[in-house]
Amino acid sequence: MTALLPPSPKRARLLRVLLPWLVPLLLLTLWQLLAQVGVIPTRILPAPSAILQAGITLAATGELWRHLGSSAARAGTGFLIGASLGLVFGVLNGIQPKAEVLLDSSFQMLRTIPPLAMIPLVILWFGIGEQARIFLVCVGVFFPVYLNTFHGIRGIDPGLLEMGRVYGLKRREIISHVILPGAMPSILVGIRFALGIAWILLIVGEQIAADSGIGYMALNAREFMQTDVIVLSILLYALLGKLSDSLARALEGRLLPWHPHHRRAARSSSELSPAV
Amino acid sequence: MTIPAVGCHLQTRGLSKSFGSKQVLHAINLSLEPGSFVAVVGRSGCGKSTLLRLLSGLDPASTGEVVINGQPLRGLNREARIMFQDGRLLPWKTVLENVGLGVRGNWRHHARELLQEVGLRDRADDWISQLSGGQRQRVALAKALITRPRLMLLDEPLGALDALTRIEMQQLIETLWLEQGFTAILVTHDVEEAVTLADRVLVLEEGRIAHDVLNDLKRPRRRDDPGFARLSGEILDTILQRGQGNAESPQHPQGSRTQRSAPARSGWNGFGAPAATGISTLSP
Repeated sequence: MTALLPPSPKRARLLRVLLPWLVPLLLLTLWQLLAQVGVIPTRILPAPSAILQAGITLAATGELWRHLGSSAARAGTGFLIGASLGLVFGVLNGIQPKAEVLLDSSFQMLRTIPPLAMIPLVILWFGIGEQARIFLVCVGVFFPVYLNTFHGIRGIDPGLLEMGRVYGLKRREIISHVILPGAMPSILVGIRFALGIAWILLIVGEQIAADSGIGYMALNAREFMQTDVIVLSILLYALLGKLSDSLARALEGRLLPWHPHHRRAARSSSELSPAV
Repeated sequence: MTIPAVGCHLQTRGLSKSFGSKQVLHAINLSLEPGSFVAVVGRSGCGKSTLLRLLSGLDPASTGEVVINGQPLRGLNREARIMFQDGRLLPWKTVLENVGLGVRGNWRHHARELLQEVGLRDRADDWISQLSGGQRQRVALAKALITRPRLMLLDEPLGALDALTRIEMQQLIETLWLEQGFTAILVTHDVEEAVTLADRVLVLEEGRIAHDVLNDLKRPRRRDDPGFARLSGEILDTILQRGQGNAESPQHPQGSRTQRSAPARSGWNGFGAPAATGISTLSP
């Protein structure tokens, strides 16, 4: 009978933290075993231990950090510029119907062009320097932020805007107290999308032409048949993508403390803690 | 003209509103005493909310004007605060911040006092989504009161609340009105609510004031009081009979103080309070 009783809150929490890692761990173990026995040739997929070893070696020489740094700098710069522009135009078109009429249809047309289709043109414009990659990231990041900001603003309850007017808020105050906070959940969704896109574009950008960055590291490794380094680069991208997504989620928790969704999350985790 | 200390004097002159070809309000003439509590009742679509929006300056009149303390209203009515049916509170601000929204200077102390008055002192730092419907309307009330408005426009503020909460809120509104002395206009479809709170009940029918009823029952008013029941019944009857297209002189109980007034076509000429108490019937 005791086995049927629900586990204690502490155990339930531990289980919830550990359980998601169970499947990846099993797969990793299987991979390691198959590689060691020789079922998977090292040329095709090296063992996890070999990849880890490659990572340690590269980290020790400082090469890994150099590539990681330049990739992060590109993604960061491109994201900042693109997201800022998206935010500015999203707000402008959201609150100013004249600006919307003037600009929105052009943005919608440009949006349908896949950023990767522009690579030949981008190389002609910027050569293979930093600007080319930053530009690509910028373009990719702009649209999700723009669209979500714009729709977030349009989705605000008109009753709240009217209330702002009746209660004597100035236009500037309506923007800062009503419009921006009201659109914030939607803006943050746009930012999460944009972060994902930023990494994808960067990978392609760095593999086309670069002299540093994780994409370059992978490309270079291909020349020397270093499968372990290639796989390491792929895993690094996954890690960086996950990291930026977690960052965006942390941002949501910080900027939307009022949102019932976040409050519920905070409450349920406190309910699970043994103190309650 | 003497301007009263707190409540403002409100008049409308030939106030009309059309949306496209549809005329929603027909030449409304009104004069409200400073500090009075007036209820506007009627079926949905009779134009009562439109009237309130014109009085607040949110919508411009098609013809005619609103006069506040002798001055014609241009743009937004700065004397007025509206309390909306849906509260219209900002979910991303705390209860206290909502109360103080748009107030200049140091408002926090006063906002806390008001929250205490509406019985929500210990909820000051909560989010709006943590409150019940009735509590939200209490916050909306505190928020409307913080600038000490001289005209309070209540747009079915209790329409979405359950019966018990409504009664509580009615008492709260009455208490605050007696305390602060603002002029209040309550739009409602609940006749009993109108009779509970208002000194004067206007029945709006198809954009015209069809009846103007003075209510001098003693406060606090009780629903089981015979006078209360009779007055509510009379008003309800007139609304319903009119609605059925039975416009020929509505029946009134024996002894009802009925007063005939000017024909509807020219509108009720209501500068100054009507002379008698009871229903004034506008028969065609």
